[in-house]
Amino acid sequence: MIDKTLKQLSQALAAKDISSVELSTLFLDRIERLNPEINAFVTVDRDKTLKMAAAADARIAAGSAGPLTGIPVAQKDIFCAEGWRTTCGSKMLADFVAPYDATVIEKMHRDAGLVSLGKTNMDEFAMGSSNETSFFGPVRNPWDRTRVPGGSSGGSAAAIAARLAPAATGTDTGGSIRQPAALCNLTGLKPTYGVVSRYGMIAYASSLDQGGPMGATAEDCALLLNTMAGFDARDSTSLERPAEDYTRSLEQPLAGLRIGLPKEFFAAGCDAGVMAAVQEAINEYRRLGATIVDVSLPNSHLSVPAYYVIAPAEASSNLSRFDGVRYGYRAPDYGNLDDMYMKTRAQGFGEEVKRRILIGTYVLSHGYYDAYYLQAQRIRRLIANDFVDAFKACDVILGPTSPTTAFKLGEKSADPVQMYLSDIYTIAVNLAGLPGMALPCGFADGLPVGLQLIGNYFDEARLLNVAHRYQQATDWHQRRPAGIA
Amino acid sequence: MNQWEVVIGIETHTQLATVSKIFSGASTAFGAAPNTQACAVDLALPGVLPVLNRQAVECAIRFGLAIGAHVAPKSVFARKNYFYPDLPKGYQISQFELPVVQGGAITVQVGSGDKAYEKTINLTRAHLEEDAGKSLHEDFHGKSGIDLNRAGTPLLEIVTEPDMRSSDEAVAYARALHALVRWIGICDGNMQEGSFRCDANVSVRRPGAPFGTRREIKNLNSFRFLKEAIDFEVQWQINEIEEGRAIQQATVLFDPDTGETRMMRSKEDAHDYRYFPDPDLLPLVISADWLERVRGELPELPAQKRQRFVEQLGLSAYDATTLTASQEIADFYESTVSVAGQAAAKPCANWVMVDLAARLNKDGLDIAQSPVSPQQLGGLVLRIVDNTISNNIAKKVFEALWSGDGATADEVIEKQGLKQITDSGAIEALVDEVLAANPANVAEYRAGKEKAFNALVGQVMKAAKGKANPQQVNELLKAKLAG
Repeated sequence: MIDKTLKQLSQALAAKDISSVELSTLFLDRIERLNPEINAFVTVDRDKTLKMAAAADARIAAGSAGPLTGIPVAQKDIFCAEGWRTTCGSKMLADFVAPYDATVIEKMHRDAGLVSLGKTNMDEFAMGSSNETSFFGPVRNPWDRTRVPGGSSGGSAAAIAARLAPAATGTDTGGSIRQPAALCNLTGLKPTYGVVSRYGMIAYASSLDQGGPMGATAEDCALLLNTMAGFDARDSTSLERPAEDYTRSLEQPLAGLRIGLPKEFFAAGCDAGVMAAVQEAINEYRRLGATIVDVSLPNSHLSVPAYYVIAPAEASSNLSRFDGVRYGYRAPDYGNLDDMYMKTRAQGFGEEVKRRILIGTYVLSHGYYDAYYLQAQRIRRLIANDFVDAFKACDVILGPTSPTTAFKLGEKSADPVQMYLSDIYTIAVNLAGLPGMALPCGFADGLPVGLQLIGNYFDEARLLNVAHRYQQATDWHQRRPAGIA
Repeated sequence: MNQWEVVIGIETHTQLATVSKIFSGASTAFGAAPNTQACAVDLALPGVLPVLNRQAVECAIRFGLAIGAHVAPKSVFARKNYFYPDLPKGYQISQFELPVVQGGAITVQVGSGDKAYEKTINLTRAHLEEDAGKSLHEDFHGKSGIDLNRAGTPLLEIVTEPDMRSSDEAVAYARALHALVRWIGICDGNMQEGSFRCDANVSVRRPGAPFGTRREIKNLNSFRFLKEAIDFEVQWQINEIEEGRAIQQATVLFDPDTGETRMMRSKEDAHDYRYFPDPDLLPLVISADWLERVRGELPELPAQKRQRFVEQLGLSAYDATTLTASQEIADFYESTVSVAGQAAAKPCANWVMVDLAARLNKDGLDIAQSPVSPQQLGGLVLRIVDNTISNNIAKKVFEALWSGDGATADEVIEKQGLKQITDSGAIEALVDEVLAANPANVAEYRAGKEKAFNALVGQVMKAAKGKANPQQVNELLKAKLAG
């Protein structure tokens, strides 16, 4: 059961081969046994999970089940879930129990009948690329426990890779779904900005944040996205579009598909082992009938600097609400009001979060706003225009997801810029608001390599199709880490 | 004071009369128990997002149209960042670079009588924003309480150019604005509850010199405080300068108990609000269709009504301004005229502005509470203009209507026998009687003492118990005395 895809689990539940309670118990037992080593989950609540599973079983018995009813999944601890502790990986919210459901939670659990196995570890407030900034300690990569799983959705990635959950949610502000998926041999999709509601998803950088699915296969991601996506009147940036079935074109042949290779993604700066695997994937796509064309994203080298102005600017404001006044952490001893704020925020936030709040406050300050924030917004438009031009010549863009495979715990934590560069291929997609995917395409020195596919706006179904056909022809996504039974 | 010119600009926070808050569905009703009208969005729980209330936008559009401003087809919400316990998100959603209402003007009447003059105050902008909550410093023994019921209440902040030159002009503007926002139904104008609060930016200069350094007096919630605060502040600034001290830019508070302003914070303590466009909200787009629909729903505006009163009813500019000071006064007046007839527009104006106003003032009532209805007053004016009663008798009838001694003027006149004597035969008899009984006065008049004539008129009116038509009495007396 632990190696089955969502579709297979759905069939097993429908055929009554297994109940949701049994299936959920199976995963809960694995979490209990393996999580102490991996640290993928921050919060597990067996009673709550089994109650949801029992309700799902009742729905299945009553014949009112949806395709994913009764399937257990893990939730990134950035989504507020009523009655569940929701920490966002921070001491600031270590004891915060959400009084309401995020739209994604509501849709997945109440509407689709999925069962929550618990809340997964993450970089604090989604700020990080290694899951080392979590207040709850680093997550270990199931492929090599001395290495990071990537971030910020590292807990979700490690949970799936260690088969503690069949699938999970993630969020992606600069690569936080795709990079951990790549480092843990998974498939993950960051949808077009506005496709998945942000209501109840704790904000890091509002104009970039987007929730999405993570799983073993593109098909799993498509099925999960069906339950997550859709217009939400509670999110003003949510896009009012008719509902889609993201599985609808999975099987479509790739003959005639034009794949664009941005020359900037194939220049120096990428590990040779990663590049070799990506090149082999390109060959596979040729065999599948795709045409390979060269494209250019001339401003992509500006994406990391622009991101590290815009994201911290928004974050510095978004995180102001964590002030110790109404909920969350408050320093135990303080003098006056200013002292309460300073001590609460100094003690409640970790180093990376404080670094980004400082950067963001600086770039929005009087006298610096034009030179940093406005300039970064101009660059953002240039980057988006690069993609518009590139998509005139191709249907999807292909490249590496991360310039390296999973790195060692502690290897980059002393050097923020090195850490930031691990998102060099993913960030431009967020700045442009486009959909992007990561999927397994081989190994380098025994560690997974992730391929990245970037689509035009609202081309999620096409991306999933391009990934699915590749997964029909290859078995990289079926490889499992050794040493985890 | 002569050698100093006062310069005043006013910022007004008007609370918009919407059912729910500007970015959440919580109620805006005043007076509920603390924190019972604050939902997840108002509390700024992690993960919540703002959704703009279209009703608040319509209020802004109404205001923009009413003052002849440019209603921006695209405006932008921005975050104003600062920490305070009653500001749950750590930022206020406001508008900064691109406000929804740009420009516009309000023409006001300053002073009264011969000294009255008109002044046009230009507006810089009006923008939508959310209110903060309230900090409660009493009853918490060294701690502070926070009530977030008000957090997220929609405000329209209305900003003038520095166009006012005296506290009288400032008060005239504030009164006109107060009347206008109530007139167009976007604000209840309740100043005690904080629905209409003014900040005054005050500076002084030598005439012709560049603007002086201003100090901002915050949160003035009555017209009297506005005047007192400005007057004190102006005198204080003049004294400072005349004693050789430069004015420092500052924010000050007015203490109504002492009548003084005192510094709240200096420019050095001013916040850097780090405004930037709110990424949670799309730009506010107002289509031409929307604008036109709102325009179609606007009532006749005070300025239009004022012009109509002058042109159609022949009122003076001063009367027309007074009678359009509020929707209630204008409605009362128009209903009165509709009963008394357009020809009686001027006496109706006098009755509403003078007699009724004085009586209301005496009992501390406002016009909506008047015991005499416009229909009753119109009926009364009708009997004056058709000579059924004199103005003096009308005052008696008015008193009777005020105390409920009769449902209509006609009923009172009938019941108390107040109908004017216009039968010239009857008046002539009275005149003859009086002339015969007062030979001394007659002699004095004939000797050239005009005053004696008035005494004779008085005697005739007395004999007629006030009911004789005064004009006829005059004419008959003159004829008889001449004869």
